[in-house]
Amino acid sequence: MAERTIIPFGPQHPVLPEPLHLDLVLEDERVVEAIPQIGFIHRGLEKLVAKKDFQQFVLVAERICGICAFGHSLGYSETVEALMGIEVPRRAEYLRVIWHELSRIHSHLLWLGLLADAFGYENLFMQCWRLREYVLDIFEATTGGRVILTACKVGGVEQDIEDGELAGIVRVLDGMRAEYGELLRTFLKDRSVKSRLVGVGHLTKEQAHEFACVGPFGRASGIEEDIRLFGFGAYGDLSNFEPVVSQDGDGYARSEVRAREILQSIDIIKELVEKIPAGPIDQKIKDVPAEGAYAVSRLEQPRGECFYFAKGNGTKFLERFRIRTPTSQNIAGMVHTLQGCDLADVPLNVLTIDPCISCTER
Amino acid sequence: MGSFHLAKMSLRNAFKKPATKMYPVVAPTFTSRSKGHVANDIENCIFCGLCQRRCPTHAISVNKDETSWAIDRFSCIQCLSCVRICPKKCLSMAPQYTLPATEKSTETFYKPEQAAMSPVNTERPE
Ligand code: SF4
Ligand code: SF4
Repeated sequence: MAERTIIPFGPQHPVLPEPLHLDLVLEDERVVEAIPQIGFIHRGLEKLVAKKDFQQFVLVAERICGICAFGHSLGYSETVEALMGIEVPRRAEYLRVIWHELSRIHSHLLWLGLLADAFGYENLFMQCWRLREYVLDIFEATTGGRVILTACKVGGVEQDIEDGELAGIVRVLDGMRAEYGELLRTFLKDRSVKSRLVGVGHLTKEQAHEFACVGPFGRASGIEEDIRLFGFGAYGDLSNFEPVVSQDGDGYARSEVRAREILQSIDIIKELVEKIPAGPIDQKIKDVPAEGAYAVSRLEQPRGECFYFAKGNGTKFLERFRIRTPTSQNIAGMVHTLQGCDLADVPLNVLTIDPCISCTER
Repeated sequence: MGSFHLAKMSLRNAFKKPATKMYPVVAPTFTSRSKGHVANDIENCIFCGLCQRRCPTHAISVNKDETSWAIDRFSCIQCLSCVRICPKKCLSMAPQYTLPATEKSTETFYKPEQAAMSPVNTERPE
């Protein structure tokens, strides 16, 4: 038996996008075991519900993560609305989903870029991030912010997008789609990309079930689950929604699922822009969350299912707010994919779950 | 299969202008909604203090007696809460970002007629 060595990997490491620490037990170049450790960037954001009232807290929720920023403000708002029985106007629900799907596009493009960077395809990386810029420009034009949008609030959205602007968004996305087609072909067909991804970090459907993997990571192993299927909010009005699934369960399948989800998100936005009803965009809020009342909600973030819990105590401050993020679900699966892989594939395998440690630690 | 799927795009790129801007030689473009800093049209302000109470980061302090309105630009998170609540609509979001500085400071605005009498410096610290 080869001698075992333990290599500490991260939390600060040039190839890791996120502050995750791994103790890698190696036999020669092969990883026998990976022991993950998180907790380096805990900020105590959930506790801030005691300091910021429930309407202000949406600003804190938005700052949980820099990539799914809008998603977290949306998830928080939906939970508090469920807690207080607030009905959100239809137009606001549509606008929320449009922004949320735009976030998904920019998150996936960011990830695809990082992936290309991880296997050393700098050109592809730059092109992904160049396209992502279109989405950030849409954000800036519609909300004023590029990353932190401050567009969602309890009871609706902060600002409207005029119909002319919506048509403009669709035009930009259509233009982007043509360019994105070339990137998609590269990701799915290029020999150099395939040689780095096919068969790397394999996870079977049974294992994905066993480790309760969520989001594109789970869907790449054949788990047909997507919270958007439940039709919360404006998702219910989509004529047809099929989650993007692949059966292969390797790094290639994960990039394929995310790459195709970008096209799916563009379709969703186009359909909602066609169907968006006119009307008010917010609901006045008069009361505060009742004592002892609690609510849960779920949302499909770009990285997978995110679960929210909120409990009221009869004042304008919430008693408790809790999030379970997709990355905390996926770490178990990731650790499994690391077992038996080469040391050189570790960064790639960590990346293929699209880890977001800042969400996970809050 | 096959390689060089990105070749066409790369070649096109070689003859195009860069996608990035040469800041600061080229000025950044802002949209009408861009969030840079909070501006106060102090002549219309009635010093009601609503903005101060609403601000989640306690960046604003309003003094009714001195008729002054001060903002700590380094605490402000550009959330627009103050702009939305202001009853006189004298607050607005202006596009230019706050300039970097070596220390934190607040910027104070005084009502103009008060400024003439007040011995306190009304100029923005350079
Ligand atoms: S809310 Fe408007 S009017 Fe009232 S103190 Fe603030 S800036 Fe002045
Ligand atoms: S924009 Fe937000 S953080 Fe900034 S001063 Fe206004 S309320 Fe405070």
